[in-house]
Amino acid sequence: MGRYLIRRLVQAIPVLLGATFLIFCLVFALPGDPIQMLAGEKRADPNIAAILREQYHLNDPLYQQYLHYMGGVLTGDFGETYTGRAVADIMSERFPVTVQLALIAFAVEAVIGVAAGVSAALGRGKFLDNIVLISTLLLVSVPVFVLGSIAQLTLGVQWDLLPISYDENDPMSLLLPGIVLAAASMAYITRLTRTSMMETLRADYVRTAIAKGLSRRRVIVRHALRNALIPIVTFLGADLGALMGGAIITERLFNIPGVGGQLAQSVYLREQPVVIGIVTCLILIYIAANLIVDLLYAVLDPRIRYA
Amino acid sequence: MPDITDKVPAPAAIPPSPSTEDGGGKDTGKAKPERVASMWSDARHDLIRNPIFVVSAIIILFLLVLAAAPGLFTERSPFEKGFCQLSDSASKPSSENWFGFDTLGCDVYTRTIYATRNSIIVGILTTVLTTLVGSLLGMIAGLRGGWLDSVLSRFTEIFFALPLMLGGLLVASIFQTGNVVTVALVLAVLGWPQVFRIMRGAVLANKHNDYVMAAKALGAGTWRIAMRHVLPNAVAPVIVITTINLGVYISAEAALSYLGIGVQSPNISWGLMISDAQSRFLISPHMVLFPSLFLSITVLAFIMLGDAVRDALDPKLR
Repeated sequence: MGRYLIRRLVQAIPVLLGATFLIFCLVFALPGDPIQMLAGEKRADPNIAAILREQYHLNDPLYQQYLHYMGGVLTGDFGETYTGRAVADIMSERFPVTVQLALIAFAVEAVIGVAAGVSAALGRGKFLDNIVLISTLLLVSVPVFVLGSIAQLTLGVQWDLLPISYDENDPMSLLLPGIVLAAASMAYITRLTRTSMMETLRADYVRTAIAKGLSRRRVIVRHALRNALIPIVTFLGADLGALMGGAIITERLFNIPGVGGQLAQSVYLREQPVVIGIVTCLILIYIAANLIVDLLYAVLDPRIRYA
Repeated sequence: MPDITDKVPAPAAIPPSPSTEDGGGKDTGKAKPERVASMWSDARHDLIRNPIFVVSAIIILFLLVLAAAPGLFTERSPFEKGFCQLSDSASKPSSENWFGFDTLGCDVYTRTIYATRNSIIVGILTTVLTTLVGSLLGMIAGLRGGWLDSVLSRFTEIFFALPLMLGGLLVASIFQTGNVVTVALVLAVLGWPQVFRIMRGAVLANKHNDYVMAAKALGAGTWRIAMRHVLPNAVAPVIVITTINLGVYISAEAALSYLGIGVQSPNISWGLMISDAQSRFLISPHMVLFPSLFLSITVLAFIMLGDAVRDALDPKLR
């Protein structure tokens, strides 16, 4: 177990280095000059621009800038923006909001998705199953910005059930965006659970469990669902990172000051340190979530052991 | 006597073998039962009987006609002079103009019809690019193995850690031209690792099968083994993922355009139309409604097609 963990952590290093370097190259390939962006419409004063360029190491070759940056990251310093604000400061302001949003979406998709999937699998071919199949198909096909607008119009404005824009003092205001963000993944999890459950329900050990007289509930939850969960947990793990980084549209729709909006703005302003800092954090989250998923396999299925 | 027995089965063998695959079948008569049961003819049989496939195929055919010849459905063109009249700004749908007008007084119906082409082009082009690059590299990685495989696999892992919209935001900001081809390129840059992973997995699963070993023992070269023995057995999962992805890419194009970094004006895109009209959604919902409807139906049709193809090619997942 310990050795497995260490091996996985070591394997994550090249991915992290490669990803940050790739992002570094991408951000540098962005057309436009960040120092000129600071000056807005006017032409930047060449003397000041030269000093700033020197100060932010913009004259160095790319690999040197990368090494310099990574050196900083390893000591916990994410650098500062070209206007002198610490990137860590911006991230600590933006990440909590996005994490809240992602966790709400995560809970929604996990709970509703699995519940709907299980009930569809139990009533295969019946009315409920067909409802689930059709509604998941619709949820997957309607793009998030359309779904968000519809939700705002109906649930928010017409029926006045939930607030339609973010308010930091009102935790309920993240509920509607969370549901909208979760919708597509929820539909996917529902279908995955349905398929996976139908397969395990046919397994011999489930028949044995029924034959020895266990209650229906116990057979479904302990024997079938637990074994059916593995592909679902895999998807959920990979999706956690996607929920945080992929919330750009949802955050814009509901006016949420999260990571996605910051990222879009920073790409526009060519604030390279902010973009790289945020993306690095997102990749770390993705790697950690996948590692946790792999460790969870052993919990769900005792046959899986890590040496 | 031998003349007759030779002739009798020949006409009977014609109906079940109109398929062009199944290379090297000269002995038409005897192979009749095996021919019927090939995986592809099974899949075709399943597909034609699947109502989901039929419905989605009809919708997609209709969309292809819309994309190829939008002029058949509307007399006007969004590129003609005087197409937009500010006096019509945000007019509601009427019997003459079914979908109403947008803020600039352009006919929403004509624009929605003409936008079909861009969505279809992005979907197909991205799918072709990702499939070509992903399968080629996946096959090389799977067959060669060793350090090349490790490097390529680690490299693709980077893309899996990067959410599509986030990567799209970065890559699209670099290209910055806003036409259909660059949007397809952006999506292809981000999408190929998925095909790579599936192709590599399929190759690895087939690589040590007996028939590959036998071919190797008979002296077949790597190229021949790849093309004749591994590829035909690895192609089904790739087809499944690419048909599903067609819808995903069309949706992603709309999302990028919605964010203002995909297709840009004067090009037309459903995502762009929705984004332009969004701020007036509460007052004039028709400007958002119709492009959204077309976009959703298109994505729905391709996802349904993908579902049907998966059911036909991979019955285990049903």
